[in-house]
Amino acid sequence: MTATLIFIIAGTLAATVPLLLAAMGELVAEKSGMLNLGVEGMMAVGAASGFVTVALTGSHALGIIVGGASALLLSGVFAILSIFFLANQVAAGLAIGILGLGVSAGIGKNYEGTTVNALPKLDFGALSEIPFLGPAFFNHDFLVYAALLMAFAVWYVLQRTKLGLIIRSVGESPSSAHALGYSVALIRTCCVLFGGAMAGVGGAYLSTAYTPLWADGMVAGRGWIVVALVVFGTWIVPRVTMGAYLFGALSLLELSIQGLGLNIPSQLLSASPYIVTIIVLVVISRNPTLIQLNSPMSLGQTYKASN
Amino acid sequence: MPSIYLEPRTERSAFAPFLVSGLAVFLTMVAGSGLFLLYGKSPIAGFHAIFIEPLLSNYGIGEVLLKLGPLLLIAQGLAIGFRARVWNIGAEGQLIIGAILASVVAIQFDGSTSSLLLPAMVLAGALGGMGWAGIAAWLRTRYNANEILVTFMLSSIALQVLYYLVTGPLRDPQGFNFPQSITFSAAATFPLLIENTRVNASLLIALVVSFIAWVFMQRSLMGYKLVVGGLAPHAARYAGFGEKRAIWLALLIGGAAAGVAGVGEVAGPLGMLQRTISPGYGFTAIIVAFLGGLHPIGIVFSSALMALIYVGGDFARLSVGLPSAVTDIFQGLLLTFYLASSLLLTHRLRRRSSENRIVAEIAE
Amino acid sequence: MTPLLKLAGITKVYPAVVANDAIDLTVMPGEIHAVLGENGAGKSTLMKIIYGVSMPDAGTIEWNGTPTKIKNPAHARALGIGMVFQHFSLFETLTVAENIALAVKGSVKELTPRIQDASVRFGLNVQPDMRVQSLSVGERQRVEILRCMLQEPKLIIMDEPTSVLPPQGVRELFKTLKTLAAEGFGILFISHKLDEIRELCDVATVLRHGKVTGTAIPREESSHSLARMMIGRDLPHARNQVVEATGPELLTVNHLKFIPDDIFATSLDDISLSVRSGEILGIAGVSGNGQNSLVSLLSGETRLSGSEADAICLLDAPIGTAGPAERREQGLHFVPEERLGRGAVPSHDLSENSLLTGFGSGMSRNGFLNLGAMKRFSDETIDAFDVRCGGPNSAAQSLSGGNLQKFIVGREISLEPKVLIVSQPTWGVDVGAAAAIRQKMVDLRDAGVAILVVSEELEELFEISDRLQVMFRGKISHSIRTNQTNVEDIGLAMTGDFDRLSPKASVQVVEHA
Repeated sequence: MTATLIFIIAGTLAATVPLLLAAMGELVAEKSGMLNLGVEGMMAVGAASGFVTVALTGSHALGIIVGGASALLLSGVFAILSIFFLANQVAAGLAIGILGLGVSAGIGKNYEGTTVNALPKLDFGALSEIPFLGPAFFNHDFLVYAALLMAFAVWYVLQRTKLGLIIRSVGESPSSAHALGYSVALIRTCCVLFGGAMAGVGGAYLSTAYTPLWADGMVAGRGWIVVALVVFGTWIVPRVTMGAYLFGALSLLELSIQGLGLNIPSQLLSASPYIVTIIVLVVISRNPTLIQLNSPMSLGQTYKASN
Repeated sequence: MPSIYLEPRTERSAFAPFLVSGLAVFLTMVAGSGLFLLYGKSPIAGFHAIFIEPLLSNYGIGEVLLKLGPLLLIAQGLAIGFRARVWNIGAEGQLIIGAILASVVAIQFDGSTSSLLLPAMVLAGALGGMGWAGIAAWLRTRYNANEILVTFMLSSIALQVLYYLVTGPLRDPQGFNFPQSITFSAAATFPLLIENTRVNASLLIALVVSFIAWVFMQRSLMGYKLVVGGLAPHAARYAGFGEKRAIWLALLIGGAAAGVAGVGEVAGPLGMLQRTISPGYGFTAIIVAFLGGLHPIGIVFSSALMALIYVGGDFARLSVGLPSAVTDIFQGLLLTFYLASSLLLTHRLRRRSSENRIVAEIAE
Repeated sequence: MTPLLKLAGITKVYPAVVANDAIDLTVMPGEIHAVLGENGAGKSTLMKIIYGVSMPDAGTIEWNGTPTKIKNPAHARALGIGMVFQHFSLFETLTVAENIALAVKGSVKELTPRIQDASVRFGLNVQPDMRVQSLSVGERQRVEILRCMLQEPKLIIMDEPTSVLPPQGVRELFKTLKTLAAEGFGILFISHKLDEIRELCDVATVLRHGKVTGTAIPREESSHSLARMMIGRDLPHARNQVVEATGPELLTVNHLKFIPDDIFATSLDDISLSVRSGEILGIAGVSGNGQNSLVSLLSGETRLSGSEADAICLLDAPIGTAGPAERREQGLHFVPEERLGRGAVPSHDLSENSLLTGFGSGMSRNGFLNLGAMKRFSDETIDAFDVRCGGPNSAAQSLSGGNLQKFIVGREISLEPKVLIVSQPTWGVDVGAAAAIRQKMVDLRDAGVAILVVSEELEELFEISDRLQVMFRGKISHSIRTNQTNVEDIGLAMTGDFDRLSPKASVQVVEHA
């Protein structure tokens, strides 16, 4: 029983990392008014390029950097399309999503089914020896903690700094922000690029730490769940963070139930994240006030500065 | 000061849509050349394999037509929804559910030689696709749940439903545990349209639907209402065009088209229900719809192009050794470049010169 | 003395229109300088250039005697140019202090005491920690002014600041501005209201079609002479006589209560009104007091639930639950405040835009479009209402504001309404088109149609209405005959003092220029 619990806690913490990182990135982009639906593709590119980098160099640090950087480039395509070419954000997001899945397949094509060493765990010394708490909380790689720190940093910047104030103001009314002299295009581009980098690091974590192997399509819908998570959390950082851990736990539950040998069709378990997503989405969205109060008002709207 | 600038168009241009799609294809080929070089292949050989080789044999042409059918059908349905700004991205799932329901009919009436069997399957497929899309419409209109996310999640769920059925209830009992259904009887499959190819009569459905889509979008009041809802939601509300009705209609049309496309696969080249029904037609059709300018006639051309890229991608893998990912990358590039080029639909390039200013002053 | 700001030969060309053509303008310290011109004369373009939002194509700007290129609004602010926008550039979900922090150096924490000090000093009464969405329009304007003052500007640009204020609020604003000028600030005051400019400003620069048509000392000019500089002739007025209608009540609203889904919209509390055949009822009020909710309930864009259906009656039949199309069939037509995007689809041509509300009137048959009928109807409307455009195939967005409004009003009138509701009929419309639109409404009333006009412009309401009611915070006053009240009392009612509207209290007949 304790062993199962440790397995679930430790597993949840790790499984949440890609979701949490990518969700924080998407949250920042959406706060500036940019709805980027290409998270799935960005995570896939990050996963593939991160994996190949680790496979070639053996450096996990480099893998994470390359994973983040390559997804950042892809998000740059989204920024160019939707900010400078005034393309519909939904369409542009789908475009880079499709492009990203294709590119990730191209990058990983010679590595299908191969493995690398997992991102090493941090050495906590005596802390990891504490019964229960040690193996559950102090037996992880650094990104498990860094992801949570990142969530805090995003909260702090958005709510407590002038930069965050500027991002929120652009997301609410780009025309007013422009009239005050802020470059809407620059701020939105930076937020989108941050979103790309976070999705890429999340993807790289998936392929070099969580399940250190390459399989085409391994992101498996997580990018879409990330987009849904931001809605669940009604664009509020602590809620999005909790949502991410909830879905991390859900994926562990799936494994545990399979382990228990209950007679549930495996397909139902595989479909469960999507079913739960729809249910939570309905529960949150049915309250329009909740959405209206917190969603960035210009979300999804193309803005063209007049001069 | 830049000497070339963008000026918003005030009038629609009849020429611009062709320019934009052509430009997108051209830019994709330029970027594609780079891709081929990256893989150490000659761009000329690559393009020859993708765009020319399939058209050199009856087999190749047949395969292109075979893939054109479902892409055309689904894209016509999706485009109607996209014009109304209803983002159904789960056509793949609607296709699967349509295929499943049609298969249930085929399996139930196995051995029947009735000429009503195939129409019944088409009807079941359409209803299946509509039902699956209808869930998204219901959740959107009743609970305000975002249809982009719901349709995507539903397509992932549909895939699991399919896996469950072909490994369980609908599996062929004499099939050595292969995850597939019985082979459909002749009455439950589309007749071939061209000898020695796999092209079947479902292609005709796609063509007829394209014509209906044209009439619907260009000449019907209902189509006009959908378009107004997409272009200016407040104007639609002002006019009294119900938003909920538009969402239902857009999703049901898209779902029906995708469902019938699913029937075209199981009652066509597959002849049975199996784990893989479609190579992602439902997702590719999104690109087809955009590339065709969301216009029923444009979509005929864009689906032909995309079908060619599908088949050409296979040819290129065999003859030039390009990886299959090239097809996916090409599709992504096409949509990307299309969206970038689309700026020319609403804006035009002008050169800033003293001449313009004089014209402007005279106009004033 | 060195001029604070000196513009010479400022020219700005947009595609197909010269917005500013060789404009000269000089503002001295301590001067309240009016920029006068009607809608579309180029005032806003000029202000954007001075505030660094737009770049001029030609011309020079001197700031304190030094030639200066104003690169962007931040640069303008650093120089000492502040701007109070016409359509507020405030962020609704942020607090007052956060809004100010976006334009002024310093953190929210540092700014809070400064906001309180300045609020007292300029008598603006602004709370730093309030969310903007909970503020009234007047309060929002004070936040805008305060934000501008905290940037310590030497020149303040005010773009049509009085359009959102009740008459009493205008007086308060003028007092503040005169104090500021006495302290040595330069003020650029943009307006198209002649009386205000004559009352407030030291110098006026008049613009027409992007050109300066004259400079004047407004106190020494009459409204007539200023009008001639502004539009080349006297201000046109509708030929109208107030009537006492005795026809049947076509539209009645009985004790309507409504809480909108939109949390930013105003709730309605016990609204009652009725409009008879052959009269114009005007609804006055500062915007944001529930007019939008009321209008969308009357048009059917927002519907009541079944039990409340009889709160709104058309021709004595309850229609509270009916949608816009159904109400239109019964003879109720509506011209909304927003033209592009609500009254018309911007990228559609006029023919297609005729179909928007005319689909029930012969422009579609058996569910299919009757392209011929659409074109005929558009042609006739364009002719009858003097819509200047390239014909039925012109896109709605290619028309000027005035011409598009003439088309939309014309469309609804051509569809032969029994009841016509018009929201802000001449907002942003040039004076010629405005007069034509008002005259059409008066003529329509004389033909027996019941008309409800919602407007922020008191002059307009006094010009065409037979009766007036005033809205304030979701409530509505009783009605009063236009010729039994005056601007002063209506102005007080606009700030909530409905008692002033008793017909006994004031019986003088209003005269307007």
